Amino acid sequence: MIADLFNLFIKAAFVENLALSFFLGMCTFLAISKRVETALGLGIAVVVVQTITVPANNLIHAFLLQKGALAWAGLPDVDLEFLGLVTYIGVIAALVQILEMALDRYVPKLYNTLGIFLPLITVNCAILGGTLFMVERQYGFAESVVYGVGSGSGWAFALVALAGIREKLKYSDVPDGLQGLGITFIIVGLMSIGFMAFSGIRL
Amino acid sequence: MSDTRKILVDPLIDKNPITLQVLGICSALAVTTSLMPALLMCAALTSVTAFSNATISSIRSRIPNSIRIIVQMTIIATLVIVVDQLLRAYAFETSKQLSVFVGLIITNCIVMGRAEAFAMKNPVGVSFLDGLGNGLGYSAILIFVATLRELFGGGTLLGYRILPLVSDGGWYEANGLMLLPPSAFFIIGLLIWGIRSWKREQVEHADYQIHEVHRTGVL
Repeated sequence: MIADLFNLFIKAAFVENLALSFFLGMCTFLAISKRVETALGLGIAVVVVQTITVPANNLIHAFLLQKGALAWAGLPDVDLEFLGLVTYIGVIAALVQILEMALDRYVPKLYNTLGIFLPLITVNCAILGGTLFMVERQYGFAESVVYGVGSGSGWAFALVALAGIREKLKYSDVPDGLQGLGITFIIVGLMSIGFMAFSGIRL
Repeated sequence: MSDTRKILVDPLIDKNPITLQVLGICSALAVTTSLMPALLMCAALTSVTAFSNATISSIRSRIPNSIRIIVQMTIIATLVIVVDQLLRAYAFETSKQLSVFVGLIITNCIVMGRAEAFAMKNPVGVSFLDGLGNGLGYSAILIFVATLRELFGGGTLLGYRILPLVSDGGWYEANGLMLLPPSAFFIIGLLIWGIRSWKREQVEHADYQIHEVHRTGVL
């Protein structure tokens, strides 16, 4: 059981890295990777939000939306699966808002560091993507917690690594047309090849 | 060029959502291993962008500024649910291949970005055209990447054999890398290089200028 969960963590973080093999959260990934410090801030925020939203949506899916999930309310034939998308995005938006207020009240230091990144996370497709993968692969509650932590940290890890490379890149002589966005794509491609080396790892 | 035509044509190359505005990249890379899912994705995204732009624009003066993001999200999510259900009803196999990426149109930055930047300030008609134009600009890149990847990765287009494979007695050795995630990054990176060499005004400037003397060409 524990070995399975650990395996899932490694798979979510490295083998099936959300950024490098599913291309999720790319817009933020490319925009906020110019400096390691900001990348680290955003990375932590994503891990936190992912760890909370995936299990939360898992509970909602299991007890409200799934076919037959409303049996406890005396409605065994109701299938609300089609409301999934709008519910998940609502939950994510609400949780991010609550997290923002809670951090502001109790941990102002962390709030100031994360500041502008928190609201941005609502529209980060890595978060919604994590939830949708969890639903598609029918993870249980424990698995969904592990998957949330794993996929979030994998994404954060890739982001910080890219930021490190881009900081060094400032001093290199890139052809005009490739400057900025172009060269970043090529680098991410190379990183993605690197991450493919993890495929097939099982513990 | 008339204004209406400009709104429709500009996003194709001059203001392309993917290569210049850096919007909507996530799905652009993920669904391009073969042409069929890419085409469906283009149709889905273009219709969602056009109709969400039109809907949001039609109620733009009634949306309170403080809750506009949630209102936009709800409208977009509703449209995506409609598209998702339609795909499941009429193109079930391909919709399985697209897996979570249809749902992810909700957080596709093109849809949100155009709603926020254009539809909130402009009348219904032009907003619809702007959505359509940006959807088509996205589609152009997707179709280009998907064609390259399917043709060189498997020697087929839309499932029809174009290049006969060595394993079937033909002459073409399939390039497996084309079907893996990294190739999508390389193709888009090179495509951006191509477009910017043609349209010089899109070139980004370096943070630091390297002194002429230190360039290897001069030494």
